Amino acid sequence: MTITAPPRTSIRFRGRSFLALVLAPEAPVEGWLEQFDAWAAESPGFFIGRPVVLDVTGLELDKAALAKLVSDLNERTVRIMGIEGSDPGTCGLGLPPSLSGGREKAVADVLDAQSAIAQKAPPRKSNDPLVIEGAVRSGQVIIHPEGDVIVTGSVGSGAEIVAGGSIHVYGTLRGRAIAGTTGDAKARIFCRKFEAELMAIDGLYKTADSMRPELRSHAVQAWLEGDAIIMAAMN
Amino acid sequence: MAKVLVVTSGKGGVGKTTSTAALGAALAQSGQSVVVVDFDVGLRNLDLVMGAERRVVYDLINVTQGDAKLSQALIRDKRLDTLHLLPASQTRDKDALTEEGVAKVMEELRAKFDWVICDSPAGIERGAWLAMRHADVAVVVTNPEVSSVRDSDRIIGLLDSKTLKAERGERMEKHLLLTRYDTGRAERGEMLKVDDVLEILSIPLLGIIPESEEVLRASNLGTPVTLSNPASTPARAYSDAAKRLNGESITMMVPQNRRSLFGKLFGRKAA
Repeated sequence: MTITAPPRTSIRFRGRSFLALVLAPEAPVEGWLEQFDAWAAESPGFFIGRPVVLDVTGLELDKAALAKLVSDLNERTVRIMGIEGSDPGTCGLGLPPSLSGGREKAVADVLDAQSAIAQKAPPRKSNDPLVIEGAVRSGQVIIHPEGDVIVTGSVGSGAEIVAGGSIHVYGTLRGRAIAGTTGDAKARIFCRKFEAELMAIDGLYKTADSMRPELRSHAVQAWLEGDAIIMAAMN
Repeated sequence: MAKVLVVTSGKGGVGKTTSTAALGAALAQSGQSVVVVDFDVGLRNLDLVMGAERRVVYDLINVTQGDAKLSQALIRDKRLDTLHLLPASQTRDKDALTEEGVAKVMEELRAKFDWVICDSPAGIERGAWLAMRHADVAVVVTNPEVSSVRDSDRIIGLLDSKTLKAERGERMEKHLLLTRYDTGRAERGEMLKVDDVLEILSIPLLGIIPESEEVLRASNLGTPVTLSNPASTPARAYSDAAKRLNGESITMMVPQNRRSLFGKLFGRKAA
């Protein structure tokens, strides 16, 4: 009797960025809630259906106080999807997860993006490439979910490039290149000298250990064929 | 116009403090007034390497908090009139440093000296951030091995984004100081070669300091190596690096393996 293994499908992880409103209460929280109520009375329903991130930087709330603030806001139809600026210890089970690394956006953009979704209008897409002059150093992360990323220098070991489209590196690629994060299977990765730690396209990834060693130090491009990342030298 | 220089690396133990002392002494020998500032609050070492540990009364924290005047905390070197030390506090930690306090002290130091050399603590946290914050020039100290090189790459990224100069949109001047370099081991492939490090970090090379017992001996004596034995190879390498910081163009010497073929043939005397 033979046992046939079920066909293995890859589990895909995709990055996606969303816009959220950030509420930053000020101490004392009680007084701030009163002001909030006065403001909300004038714009009822403002927060319905909107993801909100709570920024508690500088408030120094303990776990109980934080839980109370979250439930107080819940009663006011404000749904908290994440907490920013709290100690990792205070955001335990039962509370929204702690977030970090957010980027500032104009409030109008946030409201625009959501009304766009509400109206089922196609989301505005900027396909402009992001050009990084010079090197991306270890520990730096470049995220450009709307298009290609072009780096004129090298990408250091421990640096990360995340692009919705393709990634072009005109120096040495030593770090991680993650292309096609918004579901673009046609995205490619190009580099003039290949030393990458990790490459991913559309959620499929390959670590350095599983890449062909003879490609090291060459100019390389990578693309997706079905569920496989294909890599080839370019000269 | 004073220049503020930060000696930094990310990784610990690569020779930041030794290099601070050696470069500071070499610059002071050229007649310019120099202060070396220890930012490693809680783990101060620069006072030991400078041989001033018995003369510390007030420190950087006392000055930033207004408990002492800058002139009370500065220690003038006994060997060189132009060389001064501003020690760190050993009893406090990095949280005791405030951004405003550091800004005030740096402004006062700029008015007083030609060179302000900040010895950064290891790591990328608050202490290292405050040490690099006001710098005009950075010396990135790197050992020829992969972990040190990657940490330096990280620090270069921070120098280009977290310093006041970078935030004003100006370009931070950065130099690479390769320390503990052993030509023999690099040639045997046990260490990265100069070119490998330069290719990865792509910043200009300030100097190559050979691995030498002389450096350790100088630290234990409490004398910067450029003062304790100016004729030694590491001291000459540091002096050349200091001259390059002053804008002189000096040919780069890659340290040679002392034991040439001739040396190997006649290296040891028979008993």
